[in-house]
Amino acid sequence: MTTEFRIDVKKALGKSEVRAHFRKAMDTLMINRRNQFPDDAALQALRTQAQAIRANVLSKLPELLQQLETNLTKNGVQVHWAETTDEANQIVLAIMQKHGAKSIIKGKSMVSEEMGLNHFLEERGIEALESDLGEFIIQLDGETPSHIIMPAIHKSKEQISTLFHEKFPDIPYTDNVDELTASARRILRDKFYAAPVGLSGVNFAVAETGTLCLVENEGNGRMSTTIPPVHIAVTGIEKVVEKLSDIPPLLSILPRSATGQPITTYFNMISGPRKADEKDGPTEVHLVLLDNGRSRIYSDSELLATLRCIRCGACINHCPVYVRIGGHSYGTVYPGPIGTILEPQKSGLSVHGELIQASSLCGACGEVCPVRIPIPNIINRLRYDSVRKDSENTPTQDAGTKRKPLEAATWQAWSWAASTPSVYNFGGKTATQLRGLVPNNLGAWTSVRSAPKLAEQTLHQQLKALGVDHE
Amino acid sequence: MSKARAAIFERLNAVERPVVEVSEREDFSVFAWDKAEKIRRFTERMQAVRAEVHQADRSNWLDKIAEICQQKGLTNLLLSLTTEWGQAISQNAARFPSLKHYERSIEDWKEELFYQADAGLTSTLGGIAETGTLMLWSSPDEPRTLSLVPPIHIAILDTDKLYTTFAEAVQEQGWLEQGLPTNALLISGPSRSADIAQVLAYGVHGPKELVVVLV
Repeated sequence: MTTEFRIDVKKALGKSEVRAHFRKAMDTLMINRRNQFPDDAALQALRTQAQAIRANVLSKLPELLQQLETNLTKNGVQVHWAETTDEANQIVLAIMQKHGAKSIIKGKSMVSEEMGLNHFLEERGIEALESDLGEFIIQLDGETPSHIIMPAIHKSKEQISTLFHEKFPDIPYTDNVDELTASARRILRDKFYAAPVGLSGVNFAVAETGTLCLVENEGNGRMSTTIPPVHIAVTGIEKVVEKLSDIPPLLSILPRSATGQPITTYFNMISGPRKADEKDGPTEVHLVLLDNGRSRIYSDSELLATLRCIRCGACINHCPVYVRIGGHSYGTVYPGPIGTILEPQKSGLSVHGELIQASSLCGACGEVCPVRIPIPNIINRLRYDSVRKDSENTPTQDAGTKRKPLEAATWQAWSWAASTPSVYNFGGKTATQLRGLVPNNLGAWTSVRSAPKLAEQTLHQQLKALGVDHE
Repeated sequence: MSKARAAIFERLNAVERPVVEVSEREDFSVFAWDKAEKIRRFTERMQAVRAEVHQADRSNWLDKIAEICQQKGLTNLLLSLTTEWGQAISQNAARFPSLKHYERSIEDWKEELFYQADAGLTSTLGGIAETGTLMLWSSPDEPRTLSLVPPIHIAILDTDKLYTTFAEAVQEQGWLEQGLPTNALLISGPSRSADIAQVLAYGVHGPKELVVVLV
């Protein structure tokens, strides 16, 4: 079976140089994270607390969304709701048209990637410019992020140097990172200066105070939300947090899990547009709350844990599959383990359902998740959803479509045999006697491995020979 | 778009809510560090991310700031005329590079702010020792861009306002009771990025240099 995903994976596996970047980067991120949590007991306590905060939010999500809307409105922020990414894009477009804006400057936002906002606006003659350094680089090359925290992680310094020189021929070629950064600063400063609208994501939206919180290192978030006269924030409906006192623990675990920093350079808490006596800041602030499948995930008590995610990327950094195939192979906005569970739930198993096979279920993602999302369990659950008979009992779209009568009958037969001792023992003995007949060529399995050899005796026989009475 | 809102709420409200054990949620992080320890940790963290930290006291802080301005070769310094620190500096203007006061709306002098300001000086609401963090609240006196646009940010921190953790600061200063400003900000070093091949570079969009003066 050759699918687009498998073709992309094969291609990615052949790029040894890119694989080396990922390996090096992920190793660094894993070590940095580990160094931030020298005391395991303290880490586990903090994870439990972060999980409790996020799970609590989900247990009263509609009430908190209402409270958030009320308090934001009181603070002068205009709140918009979108069921689909297209609706969200239309909302952004309408705000821009109201101001006659022909361009927008963006701070880093994964939800805007989810919306495909840049493409949508460009089709309508509006320039959408990324200002996060990594996002700026990949936008120059017409690419999408390969990691949710470090979007240009797949590119080498040399590739970026060449790219800068191609796109900005007036700037002399350099592979000095400080000089490249300084060039980007100069170019984007002018853009910030002139931008009529700025866009950002949201890391946490505090219901109690009506506050939008942003975590970042560069200042692109601060610039995008401060300089242009209009600020539009976009986020998923699950990003709400109940209390201001919930913020310090979440801020403590997010950057440490993500990049291994004790805290990011900036933590920006926005509670409204410029007041009458203030001298800067946007005069209009909008928040677009996007559903895009989230409320469907919400209806299942097991799948619900997916929505606890605070988008730190630790699961990605620790994933043995991601590090080998890279972010682009997934063909989705969110790659790695979180993408593996989130994307098929958002778009249906017939679109990205294949991703749930791209896991060895090693469990690393679940172990490092700061809010304890049981990612491996959810992968298993989605595998079950894809072949289950009672597809009406799960909100997952296209459930049961991978069910094959022969496969189902085989497992049913296996289940019967394994629970009927006479049949099981007979089958085991027969298998050992026919062990010489196992072919050396077992298709995909033996393309990179040697075929397994059955033992001469069954485990039952061996144990009996050892004198074990009760097996 | 109220149709979207109604549809989203209808789906969310149709569900039986999960029950959540909340006991661990209230853990409050705080340390029993004395003032010297708080200063030591704050300084260590700040220096680890390449911020400069200078010690001064009530009698010599003006000298310290004048010295920093000279050492950095500043031709001008942007500040508030109305804060305690801003007033004191303005009264001794002769000892400093040309002082610019943030008196007008950004629209009236955006070009000068963007392309001519050498450094911005701000007060701070306090600091956090655990992470080496400054807390700033935007105000008419000290707008957001004062600590954002100029390439150097000089911040004055009153060491009596150093807290061990963010949780402690929020509680002790009564952020909730006071009501949050338009923009509350935590700053933990100069602007930085590792987006190019994981090599650290400073001054991407915010200040390239952060200078903290402890008073």
